[in-house]
Formats: sequence, structure tokens, C-alpha cells
Amino acid sequence: MLKTFSLGGVHPAENKRSANSPVEVLPVPPVVSIPLAQHIGAPAQALVKKGDEVKVGQVIAQSAGFVSANIHSPVSGKVAKVDQVVDASGYRKAAIIINTEGDEWVEDIDRSAILVKEITASPEAIVKKIGEAGIVGLGGATFPAHVKLSPPPGKTCDVLIINGVECEPYLTSDHRLMLEKGEELLVGIRLLMTALHVKEAIIGIENNKPDAIAHMEKLASEYEGIRVQPLKVQYPQGGEKQLIDACMGRQVPSGKLPIEVGAVVHNVGTAYAVYEAVQKNKPLIERIVTVTGLSLARPANFLTRIGTPISALIEAAGGLPDDTGKIIGGGPMMGKALTSTEIPVTKGTSGVLLMPQPLASRKPVDPCIRCAKCVSVCPMGLSPYLLMPLAEKAIWDRAEEENVMDCIECGSCSFTCPSSRPLLDYIRLGKAKVGQIMRSRTANA
Amino acid sequence: MIVSPSPHVHSGDSVQKNMYGVLLALVPALAASVWFFGLGALIVTLTSVLACVLFEHLIQKFLLKKPSTIMDGSAAVTGLLLAFNLPTNIPLGLIIIGAAIAIGMGKMSFGGLGQNPFNPALVGRVFLLISFPVQMTSWPVPIAARGAYIDAVTGPTPLSVVKEGLSAGRPFSELTAEIPSYLNLFMGQMGGSAGEVAGVALLLGLLYMLIKKIVTWHIPVAVVGSIAVFTGVLHLSDPQAYASPLFHLLTGGVLLGAFFMATDYASSPMSKRGMLLYGAGIGIITVLIRIYGSYPEGVSFAILIMNAFTPLIDKYIKPKRFGEKPAVQKA
Repeated sequence: MLKTFSLGGVHPAENKRSANSPVEVLPVPPVVSIPLAQHIGAPAQALVKKGDEVKVGQVIAQSAGFVSANIHSPVSGKVAKVDQVVDASGYRKAAIIINTEGDEWVEDIDRSAILVKEITASPEAIVKKIGEAGIVGLGGATFPAHVKLSPPPGKTCDVLIINGVECEPYLTSDHRLMLEKGEELLVGIRLLMTALHVKEAIIGIENNKPDAIAHMEKLASEYEGIRVQPLKVQYPQGGEKQLIDACMGRQVPSGKLPIEVGAVVHNVGTAYAVYEAVQKNKPLIERIVTVTGLSLARPANFLTRIGTPISALIEAAGGLPDDTGKIIGGGPMMGKALTSTEIPVTKGTSGVLLMPQPLASRKPVDPCIRCAKCVSVCPMGLSPYLLMPLAEKAIWDRAEEENVMDCIECGSCSFTCPSSRPLLDYIRLGKAKVGQIMRSRTANA
Repeated sequence: MIVSPSPHVHSGDSVQKNMYGVLLALVPALAASVWFFGLGALIVTLTSVLACVLFEHLIQKFLLKKPSTIMDGSAAVTGLLLAFNLPTNIPLGLIIIGAAIAIGMGKMSFGGLGQNPFNPALVGRVFLLISFPVQMTSWPVPIAARGAYIDAVTGPTPLSVVKEGLSAGRPFSELTAEIPSYLNLFMGQMGGSAGEVAGVALLLGLLYMLIKKIVTWHIPVAVVGSIAVFTGVLHLSDPQAYASPLFHLLTGGVLLGAFFMATDYASSPMSKRGMLLYGAGIGIITVLIRIYGSYPEGVSFAILIMNAFTPLIDKYIKPKRFGEKPAVQKA
């Protein structure tokens, strides 16, 4: 019996169409738009202005607080302007727009493919380097990595969990990274272990990637303290709380962070970025993005410079299919429907999913039949059938009592509901309102 | 481009799929019913299903002035389950009254699908039992009654034989000789309601529903388990004064009730823990009525009583939450 998390979960069709497509380097685009808010926390502050010349890897925006991140230029060229562009959220946000000229990199970045295995940096130096390199969680949450590596006083970490699960259907960027950059990934994991002073690291990989499991198991045998944990395919296993439960049997208590149970979780992409930053002096300026969809001519995985408009990826994958009804940034369970193809790839863009009609349309809503399937599948043990009407009727105190804030927005409830009720829509409303109420409560206390 | 919030995919499940799944799960029981009770089973089943569907359609279109939802299959399920709770020689008029009460009073008056606090088929059945006790307690004899409907030959059921015998002071071991063997009881060779007799057929139906995730195991296991334990304790305390647990499980409406009636979505609890408590309550009340009450069968009343407790169960018994168990201490 393969391990998995203890409560709920669903198994959407996997559709990993690009699993066997090796990573291709996407050509540098002529224009990039780099939003200043690509991470959780305060948006970065622009350091450049119109007319400035920049090189690849040069810092162009600065972290604005403890929970924030630096941003580096992914291209060389001239800053066209600092303006508002529409990003994945659908809102206009501040961004640096650069017209590309050539591909000139900052001098001290090691661009060779030589594996640098030896670790010379101290734990503190590693954390500092990760912060300087602008690394954020590349699984999609985009939490600044150096913050996660600095546990608050009184809390210690005894295990590092590496997330190679990739539980969203369609997405394969982590899969390909493990197959193609396994050695570098392990050095990155070793760096993270050093930074956290832990002796044990577990790489969680779902069973639908047997080649990655075999490959990583073979490579990890050389590294003491690092082991691979194959996991049963179940969504949302990649959610950090679920992953910790699956790998360790520890459940992070409500309202707390993983450090509470002695664990820190990092995505494989993040671990690889750590390798590049510490061993190669290369900041975060590109990432692997899966471009996929049922009608797409050539599903692929592209190594993409941050700021590239997704239209460039779609073109390279065979062009926008005629029956496209929805363009999703991310996977089908938690990704965001995008308003245009000019939206730029950011640090959190794991994939671009083109969804054909009629699948793209929502089904008509029926009344709740009280089948309790939403309760069965909720990985946090909540009652979506109850949270929805509480939010509809604005009964916020009951919503808070029913632990609406524990919801991880995985979408399992809406996915399952036989009446196609928009459960998650209302739960999100409940979280926003209750969150507001809770914040004003502590502010007024 | 469509822009809507996540998730952007759906499992494909629908109300219709679940309802038709239940109908399919009931096919073995229907086959057994027709095999044992022949013409009567066919007439009662057909009438009940058509009447329920018709009443729902008429109420929705003409009284409520809303679109009819009969295609979702839920009225047909109520019709089939109502039929399965009736003796196969019951007059047409009574079936139609039962259907009107089940759909009209048991379901539509509360707001339709998903809103019924009580199992609609049981509301219809119990209404008929109380209003027409004679017709509702005359039981066609299996096989022998196949060719007839209203004038089918009737006889006592194993449940009534044992209940009366035990109350008269006769030992249980003597009574078992007067009723079919356990194997025959399981296969359905006994008098009873149209759909309750064949345990094997009902079990097949439950397995189908479990595989298709239409129901979970909690309610069926809790009902059957609590009946087995309660009657087991009594039987162990005095094997001649109390019937065996196997007897109780295989006779009457226990299996039909546990698998198909107690599991009605709207009238049963929403959490697994709640379902277990609800099932246990049904089992205990069933046994109390069977042993200490004046009716030989108590499942219908037990389910309706526990239906009334479902909102209270849902209010106080919540699903197990993630992080509820204390985090394992780190080394």
C-alpha cells in the first residue's frame, strides 16, 4: 500500500500529455514585462527607470521588507518603461518593461553545464545567497524561500521535504526537471539541508512518474540522508500540509505553519534554483513552463525567461487551437483563467493550459442534494455544503467557527459536487471576509 | 475567452448518475421480487413508480409552476423503494395514495430534492401501514402467489411466526424448524414486502453502490452491526427466549432498510461519525420495537425516528478535521 495523506482527495484525469517531452529552451523574446509582485509579501521596489541598460542577472527590483523578494532582469537590453500591465490576477500591476538587445549576462554568473557538487558555503551564507537571488517557491505559491529557511525562535526543523509530487493534471515541468537535472537537484537539496541544519530529506514523488522515482532513487543513493518516498496518486498531495501528512504522518495544526511539526517543504524547482544560485551564482531569471491542452498540436515543456508573454509559448507549441475556450495559467484544479495571451510568465507560472470548448464552460447549478461527497473529499475535513450557504447569507461568525480559514482552495469540493455547485467560489468569499474580520480584530485588540 | 474561478474541471458526476445508479443497484432485488411474487410484484412496482413520477411532474408543473425534474430519476427511486416496502397484493388505490403522500408530503412539501427531512418512501409506507393496517400486513407466499395479484395466497412471515411464538413462550430452537433455513432466508424464500426478501440481491446492490461511490459503508455497516450486537447480546443471554442475530438480519426489512432506505441523502447525516451514530440508533430502535414493541417489524419506524435526529447530529457531530489529532512529537 503506497503512502498518501489521510483525509479526502480526488483523482482527476491525469492527461500528462507532455511527460515525455524533453525541456526545450524557448528563444529570448523581443519584449519582456516583469511584474514587481511575483511573490507573496510586499511587491519589490523598482531600481531601474526608463532608458537604463540592463544585463541578464542584474538586480532590477529590490525586496521591500522581510517577506519580499528581489527581481533580476531575465534579458539584456534597455528599460522601455515602468508601467502597469495586466498580470495573471486580471488586475493591472506595476511592471518593468524591457526591450531585449542581445543576450549579455552579468560577468560572475557561471553558465557552464559542469556540475558543482562541493558545498563550501556556510548555512548563513546559503540563506543569504538564496535571498539575494530572488528565489521564491516555484510550485506556484511563490513564498520567498529565504524566509522559510529562517525558522522563528523556538521552532526547529528536523526534516526537509522536497515536493516532486506535481499533483495537478497536465503539468509536467517538475517531472522533466527530475529526469533531466536530477544531480543538480540533489546538490540543491543538500544546500537546503545545510541551511536548515537537518540530516533528513524526503523527496515525495507520485506513482504516475515511475521513471522519475527510479532515477531519483538511483541518484539519491549517493547522498546520505536523502531518500525518495513514492506516493499514491491523489490530488491534492502536493499541498504542503497533505505532503507532510503523507510522508511523515504529521498533521500541521489549524492556523499553523509546517515548522510547527518540524518540517519545511520546498518544490523541486525551488531546490534546483537554489543550486543555480549558490553553486553557479545565477539568480532566478527563468523557469520550466509546461504548455499543454487536449487540442494543442505540440504539448511541450519550455525553459522560459521570466517576463515572456505566454503568446510566445503558445506559438512554439503549435499555436492557439481554434476550439480554445479558456486559457489557464497553472493547472486545471487551482490555476487562474487568464484574460489575454499577452500576460507575462512570472516566477509562479508552472504551466499554460489551453482548455477547449465545451469543457471550458461551467455546468448549470442544481440544488444541493446533501450527498455529503464534498465532505468526503475535502482534504482539510471541512463541510463545503455548509460553508457555501454561510457565505451566501453573510453569516461570518459561523463560517469562522466552521474553520473556513483552513481551506486550502484545492477545488476538490467543486470538482466532485454532482449538482455542480460553485462551492469554492463562496468559500473564497468567506475566507476573504472572515480574514478581514480577524485582522481588524487583532488590530483593534 | 471564458474567465471563471478555479477549479476548471469537473468529475462528471451528476444527480442523474447517482439516481440511475441506485435504480441499477435495485435491479437484482427487482428480479428477485418478480421471481418470488410474480404478477403482484410487477403490478405494484409499475404502479408505484409511475404514480410517484406522475405526482412529482404534476406538482412541479402545475402547483409550483416550475420546470419538472422527473428526468433526474429521484422520483423513480422513491417509487421503486416505496413498492419494495409494500406487500405485493396491495390494491392499486392504496399504492396511489402512498405515492401521493410519499412525493407530495414526504418530498415536495419540504422543497423537493435535497430538502426532505424524512425518507419519502418510508413516509408513504408508514402512512399506509397506520391507515390501512389490514391490507398492509397480509403477505403473499413466495412462489405460490406468483400467478395472482389481489387474491394471491397469503401466509405468515418468518418474522411474525417467531415474534408470536416467542411471546407465547415457545423456545426459539423449536420455532426455527417452522421457518425456512438461513440460506433460504438469505436467498429470499420468505413472505414479506416486495423488495425486502432477497438478502443476496440487496447485498449485490449495495456492493454496486459502494463501487460507484453512490453511498459509503458507514450507514449500512452501523445499522447491521448494531442490530447484530444488540440481538447477539440478548440471544447469548438466553438463546431460547431471543432469536439469533442472523435471524434478525435476514428477516424483515433490515437489509433493505440498512442499504437503501437509511442511506437516503437528504435525511441522513453529513459526517462519517454522524452516520455511524445514526446507523447505530436505527439498529437499536429496530431491535427495541421488534423485541419489546407490538409490531413485528421496526425498521421503518426506526429510520424515521433517526431521520428526525439528523439535523441535531449534524449540528453537534462534525467531520474529522485535518490537524485534529495532536501532531506527532518530533525526535
